[in-house]
Amino acid sequence: MAKKGDWVQIHNIVLPPEERSGSLPEDTKANPLEMWVKGYLVNDAEIGEEAEVITRTGRHAKGVVVKVDPYFEHNFGFFIPEVLEIGNTVRKITFGGED
Amino acid sequence: MDNSYDAIMARKNEIIKSAVGMDFDRFEKPGIGFDYEAMMAATGYTLDEIRRVQSMFSIGNTPLIELKNLTELARKCAPEGKGARIFIKDEASNPSGSFKARRACTSVYQAKKLGYKGVVTATSGNYGAAVACCAAMAGLKCIVVQECYDSKGIGQPEIIEKARKCEALGAEVVQLSVGPELFSTVLQLLEETGYFNASLYTPFGIAGVETLGYEIAEQFRARFSKDPDVVVCTNAGGGNLTGTARGLRKAGCKAKVVAASVNLSGLHMASDSQFNKKSFTTGHTGFGVPYSVNPDHSDVPRSAARPLRYMDRYVTVTQGSVFYITECLASLEGLEKGPAGNTSLAAAFRLAQDMDREQCIVVQETEYTGAGKHINPQLSFARQNGIDIHFGDPKDEIPGKNIILPAHPSLIQVTDLDLDHMRRSRIKRAVGTHKDELTEDDIRFLVEETNTNEEFVLNAIASL
Repeated sequence: MAKKGDWVQIHNIVLPPEERSGSLPEDTKANPLEMWVKGYLVNDAEIGEEAEVITRTGRHAKGVVVKVDPYFEHNFGFFIPEVLEIGNTVRKITFGGED
Repeated sequence: MDNSYDAIMARKNEIIKSAVGMDFDRFEKPGIGFDYEAMMAATGYTLDEIRRVQSMFSIGNTPLIELKNLTELARKCAPEGKGARIFIKDEASNPSGSFKARRACTSVYQAKKLGYKGVVTATSGNYGAAVACCAAMAGLKCIVVQECYDSKGIGQPEIIEKARKCEALGAEVVQLSVGPELFSTVLQLLEETGYFNASLYTPFGIAGVETLGYEIAEQFRARFSKDPDVVVCTNAGGGNLTGTARGLRKAGCKAKVVAASVNLSGLHMASDSQFNKKSFTTGHTGFGVPYSVNPDHSDVPRSAARPLRYMDRYVTVTQGSVFYITECLASLEGLEKGPAGNTSLAAAFRLAQDMDREQCIVVQETEYTGAGKHINPQLSFARQNGIDIHFGDPKDEIPGKNIILPAHPSLIQVTDLDLDHMRRSRIKRAVGTHKDELTEDDIRFLVEETNTNEEFVLNAIASL
C-alpha cells in the first residue's frame, strides 16, 4: 500500500496500437505509446491501482502506480577489458614503452 | 477537449504560436521560401546582448584546450610533415555540462521576460538538462519530455542519466516509449500548462549557439593571432553546426566548417526493437541526414537550424571509433568526457592527418560524463544487448550488429557523405508539390538553403 503523499511513479497508455501514427515501423506500431511520470500520491493506493499524483511542476496526472520511492539504478556498467587495452595501446604509441 | 492524436495535431499551429510568442507566418514568402534572416533577427537580441544574458547565467567563455598528446598520436599515424594541431572547446564546463546551455539560455530568458510560468522541452539529450538548469536559475518551472524506453521497459542508460540530471535540477520528467508521437504529448503539455516551448529549433536556441563560434574565433586570435583552419561540429538536429558557423561568420572567421555524425545507417530511428541496439542516442546520421535535407520537420513551423547552409563538408565516423577516441581523450589528455560529443573529435583526429603541422583544427564541444553516459556503461549495455564488440578494422562495423574498436589508431577513418546529393534532396524537399513556376525569389532561397549557386539549383530543378 502506498500512502497519500508518497513519491511514486505512475504509468499509462497514451496511445493504444490502433491509434498510433500511420508512418511507424511495424514493430513500433504493434505496441502502445506508454508514459511514465513521477509525483506525490493524492490518495492512498495499491501498486497496480489507478491513482492521481501531483508532479514536480504541480500538474495533476493519472496512471497506474508502478513504483513507490522510485530511484535511479543506472551505473558504470560491467568491466569492459577493451577499455583498458585502448588506454595501454595509445599511451605506448604516444609516449613509448615502459622502459 | 479532444485529446486524441489527430485532434491535438490539428491544433498544432495555434498551440505553437502561443507557446513561442512568435508568429512564424510573418516570415513566409509567396512561393516556397521564407525570410530566414528576418526570423533570426526576430529574437530581438544582438550577439552582444545574448553574450550578456549568457554571462548572467554563467554560461560561455569556456576554455579552448590544445590536445598536444592526441596531436602527437595523430602525427604518428600521419604521413611525414602532416598532422594539424588539435584543439577542443571544453563546453562541458558550462553549468549544465554541455554547449546546450547556450541554446537553452535565451529561450528561458525570453520565457521569463514574457511572463511565462514555465518551459517545456522535448529532448532525450543534454538539452533537457540545459533547459532545467537555466529554468532553475530563472525560477521557472520545467517539464522535459523524453523518449526513453523500449516496449520491454528497458531504457537507454544515457537517457536515464539525463532524466536523473533533469530531476536533480528541479524539472519534471515525462518519459515515453519509442515513437515520434512524443510531439503530440509535448503539444498537449504546452496546452495544459500554458508554458513556453523551449524548442531546440527556435531562433532563440540557435542564436544562443552563435556565441560559441564567435568565442572560438576570439580565443584563437587572442592566443595565436590567426584563425583556425577547420572547425568540426557534431551534427544531429543541425543547431550546433548552424549556430557555431553563424558565430564564426559574425566574427569574420574563414575556417572551414565540417559536420561529423556517427554512422548509424541501417537502423530505423522509430523502431522499437532497434531502439536499444544503438549505442549513440544523438550525434548520429539518423538525425543528422534527415534534419539536413528536411529541417522543417521539427516542433516549430520553420527551424532555425539549417546546417546545409553552412557546412563545407560532412563526414561520418563509426561508433567504435568514437568510443576509442573518448578513451584516448581520458588516457592521453586527462579529460574524461561523454562519448556523443566526441563524434567530432574522432573526425578531427583523422582530418588532422591530412593537414599540415602548422594548421589548426578545432573540435567545438565536449559534454559532461557520468553514470550511464560514459564509454564503459555504453559498451556494457551494448554487450548485454548482443552487440559484438571487438578490436578490428572500423570499416567492418555494422550498426546494430557490432562495434569495432580500431585495432590501431591509424585505422580511424572518416567517410564523406555526398553533399551535392544532399543539396539536391534539399531542393527536391523544398519544391515538394509546389505547382507554380519558381520565381527568382524561390531560386535565391534554394541557393541560400544549399549554399550553392543559381546554376546548381537550376540543374537540380531540371532533373526533378
